[in-house]
Amino acid sequence: MSGPIVRIEGLAKRFGAVTAVDRVDLDIERGALFALLGGSGCGKTTLLRLLAGFETPDGGRVLIDGQDMTGVPPHLRPVNMMFQSYALFPHMSVADNVAYGLRREGGGGAETDRRVGEALDQVRLADFAKRRPAQLSGGQRQRVALARALIKRPKLLLLDEPLAALDRKLREGTRFELVRLQAELGLTFVMVTHDQEEAMSMASTLAVMDAGRIVQVGAPHDVYERPASRFVAGFIGLANILEAPGGRWVALRPEKIVLSAARPDLPHASAGKVVDIAYEGARSLCRVALDDGRTMLAATSDGAFRRGQDVWLGWAADAGHPLDE
Amino acid sequence: MRRARFAFTMLGFGYAFLYLPLGLVMAYSFNDSRLVTVWGGFSTRWWSALLANEAMLQAAWLSLRIALASATAAAVIGLAAGYALARARSFPGRGLFGGLVIAPMVMPEVVMGISMLLLFVGAERLLGGPDRGFLTIALAHTTFSVAFVAIVVQARLADFDRSLEEAAMDLGATPWVTFRTVTLPLIAPAVASGWLLAFTLSLDDLILTQFVAGAQSQTLPMRVYSSVRLGVDPQINVLATIVVVVAAAALVLSGWLTRRSA
Repeated sequence: MSGPIVRIEGLAKRFGAVTAVDRVDLDIERGALFALLGGSGCGKTTLLRLLAGFETPDGGRVLIDGQDMTGVPPHLRPVNMMFQSYALFPHMSVADNVAYGLRREGGGGAETDRRVGEALDQVRLADFAKRRPAQLSGGQRQRVALARALIKRPKLLLLDEPLAALDRKLREGTRFELVRLQAELGLTFVMVTHDQEEAMSMASTLAVMDAGRIVQVGAPHDVYERPASRFVAGFIGLANILEAPGGRWVALRPEKIVLSAARPDLPHASAGKVVDIAYEGARSLCRVALDDGRTMLAATSDGAFRRGQDVWLGWAADAGHPLDE
Repeated sequence: MRRARFAFTMLGFGYAFLYLPLGLVMAYSFNDSRLVTVWGGFSTRWWSALLANEAMLQAAWLSLRIALASATAAAVIGLAAGYALARARSFPGRGLFGGLVIAPMVMPEVVMGISMLLLFVGAERLLGGPDRGFLTIALAHTTFSVAFVAIVVQARLADFDRSLEEAAMDLGATPWVTFRTVTLPLIAPAVASGWLLAFTLSLDDLILTQFVAGAQSQTLPMRVYSSVRLGVDPQINVLATIVVVVAAAALVLSGWLTRRSA
């Protein structure tokens, strides 16, 4: 079957007076690693729970692989989820946790054991099959949760903040592992995250959510280079939002600005003074107060600039990206 | 330092007031004398006498059966009631239901006793039964024990991680299978602790039992009460010792189960 694996049409969900998901339309392509990105309370988790069937929509519908999921309870959906808290069953061993989904299908015996063993190998936990979740580290628990959610080969794997509970070091490695696993299995992953760096580095497509609506969908590169709105430009990466003639707005990324001591030979040039420098290793980020009163961020790999120094900012005619609102 | 000593002294008096009589009763169960208050040397004659006391043993057996039956029934109904209170956030009459479940805890037993007696008398007239005895007592005990199980279960479910149940459903478990394989195993210690509570409550209930018991059925507390009125026999000390030990064991076990389930 072709067509998108997920089609969301006019989906809405309210909790009392709060509209968590506001008439969302969205297609998710087969085999994508799709990230729903947004701040807390933007409705991204609710949208994920609507896909899993834990919430009932107030309007609209969800189609998974062409099938209308309206009224289909969670246990009958071809979807599995990895929970933010992992939600491992504390009274079962690692192997029993992973086997849970297969046993619900009436599976048992040697075939189940073989697939559980395979799944545990895949996440490098074969030696931990008999342990209880409480006896595992955070990273190991995360891998059990992943193996458990993948064992039924769902059409769609939902991941709720998959890396949030891990420490920074572990997160980097797990990021690559998830991407590798997704590519290997050829499944569609939909993940929710508040971390734009995570979404940018992992996703093949990302959707930015704000106040229950999807404000932009695209490849990470497109969304970064061509943000649709001031919200997206400010949420993903750093951006200088400039007022253009005619009441329009333009987003200008700090790395598109040339910082120099002398007046640069560029269509746009302004003089100013360095207010702050944040050294980030590969580059330094300078906050520059322009003579006309504006403050702008500029990135430079040149470590020669000092606070209080008089500088020039310059950028090309096509450096800025015009915003719709 | 001085204040601490004062506090410990008062604590000692408090404990002595509560438990010294119990300790004396237990000690005097090994008294050789026929008089309850005079020590006549160590003996186990009253233990043997009690074990040969047919009427007392029969009463004990009836009490035990009633306690087992009513605690089991209360555990099942209380589990359902506690689950409904914790999980069904809104249904018509939820507030009333919550009140009705715990009402027997605060209702004077005399009032409950009268109302149950009227119920059973009415049932006998209309339906010809049940005979007052084991069944009516067990029903009456179940009625007030349900409240205790329901409260323990509700409290346990209040801090239960819902995502565990969602994960089970997500993996293909129907709501019933989810309850059986995830929810129930995790709250089982709370249910067991509620069962033990119901068991001890039933075992020593006197007031309610007297209302609903028939002429032929005498539970252990009733038997003890009537024999005490005829003058205290040291056998009562033996019986009290047994009951205290059993009840204390049940309470310790119940507390241990509750802690383990949290």
